Amino acid sequence: MGIVLDNADQYLAGMAITVALTLLSFSAALVIGTVVAACRVSPVLPLRTAGTFWVEIVRNTPLTVLMVLFFFGFTKVDIQYSAFTSAVIVLSAYTSTFVAETVRSGINAVAKGQAEAARSLGLTFPQVLGRVVLPQAFRTVVGPLGSVFIALIKNSSIASIISVVELTEVADRLNNETARPVAVFLGAGMAYLLLTLPSGFFVGVLERRVAIKR
Amino acid sequence: MTAPMLADALGPRGRRRVRLVSVAAGALIAAVLFVVMRRLTDKGQLDASRWEPLTQGSVIRFLLNGLLATLQVAAVAMVLAMVVGMVLALGRLARAPAIRLVAGAYVEFFRGFPLLLLVLFAGLALPKYGVTLPVFWYLVLALVVYNSAILGEIFRAGILSLDKGQTEAAHALGFSYWQAMLIVVVPQAARRMVPAIVSQLVTLLKDTSLGFVIAYPELLRRARNTGEFFQNPLQTLFFAALLYIAVNLVLSRVARRLEVRQRRRYGAGAITVAGAEDLTMTAVQAEAADQGGRE
Repeated sequence: MGIVLDNADQYLAGMAITVALTLLSFSAALVIGTVVAACRVSPVLPLRTAGTFWVEIVRNTPLTVLMVLFFFGFTKVDIQYSAFTSAVIVLSAYTSTFVAETVRSGINAVAKGQAEAARSLGLTFPQVLGRVVLPQAFRTVVGPLGSVFIALIKNSSIASIISVVELTEVADRLNNETARPVAVFLGAGMAYLLLTLPSGFFVGVLERRVAIKR
Repeated sequence: MTAPMLADALGPRGRRRVRLVSVAAGALIAAVLFVVMRRLTDKGQLDASRWEPLTQGSVIRFLLNGLLATLQVAAVAMVLAMVVGMVLALGRLARAPAIRLVAGAYVEFFRGFPLLLLVLFAGLALPKYGVTLPVFWYLVLALVVYNSAILGEIFRAGILSLDKGQTEAAHALGFSYWQAMLIVVVPQAARRMVPAIVSQLVTLLKDTSLGFVIAYPELLRRARNTGEFFQNPLQTLFFAALLYIAVNLVLSRVARRLEVRQRRRYGAGAITVAGAEDLTMTAVQAEAADQGGRE
């Protein structure tokens, strides 16, 4: 384990990048996902179709394929960003599909009477959604969203494929330097546990705090 | 398909509004598609020359063999993971605290591990310590270790979701703990777990693409090599993505239909496991489908 302590600064730098990737991607995914969820429940058919296409296509493609496609394939059409930005974009897109489905289930879980009452008060569809339904929906899906967040922490490791120097890439490089794979990778695993376990705990706390008491 | 959000049909003003927005949205989407196609054509990405290699029999065969390799890894890993997962689940429900602790530690430890790290570990650490196997088995090992933890949780949730009366009745009839578990509980719980298992299979299939980093010749790696060889990475990767999507779509639909049918038949809730996104997805979609069907 000495190897891990000797290179603690590299591990911490990698962890910082992982955390940055995760937080940025999750924020973007929350926004995109909610918009897509709204599209999927909207009465406007083109929006519904577009939303469904987005979710089904992006969700069923492996994240590795998406990363490689975006970083190496899209250069042919002059879409080229830095590795970190590309990773954030791809992770956001991929995670947004899970957020969208979770939020959609939350929307459907809100009692229908709420939407009916809102409509009878004359609110338009966007108002019904934005002011009445979504606030309630979010309170019910904190748990599953937390699950998506934890999965994102783990998925951020895929960014190492395009050489983003996050935790997994740090471990890979250290292994190349020191040829002590067991210690190096175990150290990285511990670092990930340090991120996922507290996250799980906080999600639980948050869930209990905002739960709708019936 | 009526949107589930609307309580009743819209009046004339609402219908007009929807029609307007539909036209605007349709126009916007068409514009986006137009820009995309324009950009693709400008960069010559729609040229026949770039797509031509994908029509060659040898190339298609090469890629499809990659898909076959993917499916092989997935099948073997899934079966082994289910076996280990069942052992873990039973371990966590055992009466001896020592067994419970070990099984619990295994599950909690590997659930939080990124699969990529496990794959790298298997492919790089094991050879160093003298364990040399074909790359196939490194990938299978990593997949089994990770998915057995997730499947273990699924199985445990399934077993726990069974009505306690079953166990009590079995005990009343004189079954021992393990007899009750294996003869009465597990066979019944197995039914409930099928959709979650199929869902995890979808995730597993997607995760086989991680074999890419340890040079296992699965679909993604082959697509990448082919793309570099023929100088058409965008097209080849697109084709590979289509293959993945096709396979996963089929499996996802199966999982979802199983989940919905199960809720109707057994009234069983969805089995979700923290940290496994596809499971949450299926459960969520099944709920959504359920709600939609109830109108």
